[in-house]
Amino acid sequence: MATIQENIAAKFPQATFEEADVLQINIPDAQLHDLAKTLRDEYGYDYLITIVGIDRVECLGAIYFLSNTKTNQEISIQVTTTDRQNPVITSIADLWSIATIYEREVYDFYGIIFLNNPDMRRLFLSIDWVGYPLRKDYDNGPDSNPVTLEAEPQSDDTHVYTRGEDGKIVCTEKPIFAKNDFVVNIGPQHPATHGVLRFRTAVDGETIKKIDVYMGYIHRGVEKLCENLQYMQTLHFMDRLDYFSAHNYHHGLCMCIERAAGIEVPRRAQVIRVLMDELSRIASHCLFFGTYCMDLGATTMLFYTLRVREQILDIMKKTCGARMTFNYDCIGGVMADLDPDFVKDVKALLATIPANIKEYNKIFTGNVIAEGRLEKMGIMTRQQAIDWSVTGPSGRASGWACDVRKTHPYSIYPEIQFDEIVMTEGDSMARFKARLLEMEQSAHIIEQLIDNIPEGDYLAKVPKVLKLPQGHWFQLVEGCRGVFGVYIESDGGTQPVRMKFVTPSLNLAAVVDEITSGNKIADLITIAGSLDYIVPDMDR
Amino acid sequence: MEVTTKSMPYEAWKDNEYIEGLVEELRANGTNVLVGTLDKLINWGRSNSLWPLTFATSCCGIEFVSLGAARFDMARFGWEVARSSPRQADFMMVAGTIVNRMAPVFRRLYDQLAEPKYVIACGGCAISGGPFRKSYHVAKGIEDIVPVDVFVPGCPPCPEAMIYGIMQLSRKVKVERFFGGVNRQEKQKEFLADSPVAQKAEEIINGEQA
Ligand code: SF4
Repeated sequence: MATIQENIAAKFPQATFEEADVLQINIPDAQLHDLAKTLRDEYGYDYLITIVGIDRVECLGAIYFLSNTKTNQEISIQVTTTDRQNPVITSIADLWSIATIYEREVYDFYGIIFLNNPDMRRLFLSIDWVGYPLRKDYDNGPDSNPVTLEAEPQSDDTHVYTRGEDGKIVCTEKPIFAKNDFVVNIGPQHPATHGVLRFRTAVDGETIKKIDVYMGYIHRGVEKLCENLQYMQTLHFMDRLDYFSAHNYHHGLCMCIERAAGIEVPRRAQVIRVLMDELSRIASHCLFFGTYCMDLGATTMLFYTLRVREQILDIMKKTCGARMTFNYDCIGGVMADLDPDFVKDVKALLATIPANIKEYNKIFTGNVIAEGRLEKMGIMTRQQAIDWSVTGPSGRASGWACDVRKTHPYSIYPEIQFDEIVMTEGDSMARFKARLLEMEQSAHIIEQLIDNIPEGDYLAKVPKVLKLPQGHWFQLVEGCRGVFGVYIESDGGTQPVRMKFVTPSLNLAAVVDEITSGNKIADLITIAGSLDYIVPDMDR
Repeated sequence: MEVTTKSMPYEAWKDNEYIEGLVEELRANGTNVLVGTLDKLINWGRSNSLWPLTFATSCCGIEFVSLGAARFDMARFGWEVARSSPRQADFMMVAGTIVNRMAPVFRRLYDQLAEPKYVIACGGCAISGGPFRKSYHVAKGIEDIVPVDVFVPGCPPCPEAMIYGIMQLSRKVKVERFFGGVNRQEKQKEFLADSPVAQKAEEIINGEQA
């Protein structure tokens, strides 16, 4: 790391460095683009994890988290601006495609305009929304932006901001679709969009030309809510983002807070957490098979796959007391000890899994119709996956080894034997199969742990009201759909100043346009479904 | 009159006073015998084949999926024909949070349901905004947007609770008068009088028509 720091310091004399868990480079806006390009091209930081918008009252800004896909090292760049009226930062959307969406999100929340971003629209909120909700001075009174039943104003134009020759910022309107495009609206109420997501689809006959993914139909403002809650109270939202990865997301947030507060988690709790994570993964993939096959017309599959899911939910209900919103992992360990039947139930489950997988293959995977519809459909290359930061089984099906359990081993994963499923085809079939194979691996992980759950405490002693020291932390975990990240910034109090959740579904939805254009409209369901996004997870 | 459905013993219901009140109210309006008998027949049919609209925005919707699958199997009760088009559905199970952007869409879906139509508010979010009540982009309950027939609390309500909720609805359907549609229209009127948001919507719709 030292050499990179020295080299960067030599090349960019204005840069200052801050050692945190991830090395942070502070840079003036004028050099941001050059620095990002240097990091990407010369140092291999080719994966843009996220862009975190921040409001520190005296300044607004953005923090870019980058990762090197070869060495798996992270680095972050921070750019700030003191101009609250017209905050401007240079866009890096020409370096990473996903940056277009990330920057739109920051614009939506903080009103920071990104120069040269080809699509500077709001992302989640309507165009007539007053104010920027994540700014500290946002007025959240009942009269600002009330719920209305008037149809939302729509625009077919987007904006591009550039710097003119005299240094002034020029705004140009640009149409989203070409002039004579025929645009079909799919969603938000549509059984195959998996929730309230809307695709504005430009078609030429039956062929898709372009898709404008329109999100925000379930944007619940979780990040802002967290800023007014104590750390313990923020946990329960993790159940409600990607409700299939509830345990994994809890695990991520808890780890981040524990690391910040220096809390040691008892070994028993760690094993329990990993067991729950892997059980969730199996249940989540089961539901994916069911709903995906149902979208393709194979309704029966749902009944077979939900059988395993129900069995897992029963196990969880006994220990956690709920079927879905468990709120089980908590700071310092887990809420309650395992149910006495846990080991017996899990073993019974493990015994049924191989037979179930065989059955799924028999019903669906080997079916000629399924093969015809999924193979070579919606191919995503490794390069595209990295460019759009598509992680999880979908990214790995394209040949990108991005499993956080391997790249940034956490908890007790380093001690466990399991294979990372990486495939090369990158088509819908590969994404489907990757999940089937991951289920086997998860079962394998559980097998190794189930007889070795250590005795001891399941919860460390933690003060009721937790204070984090001043600073910021970043933590990644592997959810069921990809990389989940947490960024916490604290001013030393009991509530976070900023809490940002990096969710995999946002990227999965963003890439839909890229991999569907050129295909037939009927295949949109096949391709988008195989990515397996969860709408509340992308909207937060 | 003991109103029950799906062979559930009358004493097992939790809120018989409410249904008794409803029956009372109907009696007071006076029902002609012939129409009353026909009503009974039709309502028997309607209450046993309530078709839901596939409508789910978030977490609660997943429990609704479980409800449709083999274990909880809502087909036993005649509710399994989930329609994707509001024009073919009888009731809407609002499973999940309704946010500002979704509210007009949701209202439009409700308007597209064919009469007689019913709404079940399922889960804390639909009832009051639930855990997201303080958010800048969440409706504080769907009651401001559409009239609600049954509330099913929970976060998410377990499938058993959803079954109970839909059974309550079918009980309500049973005692209603199909001919004349007194209940529905009255409910609409009352609802409009109470809800400023809905009034506004009505004004806009009327304005457009005029
Ligand atoms: S009530 Fe709970 S489970 Fe249901 S949508 Fe709201 S947060 Fe999710």
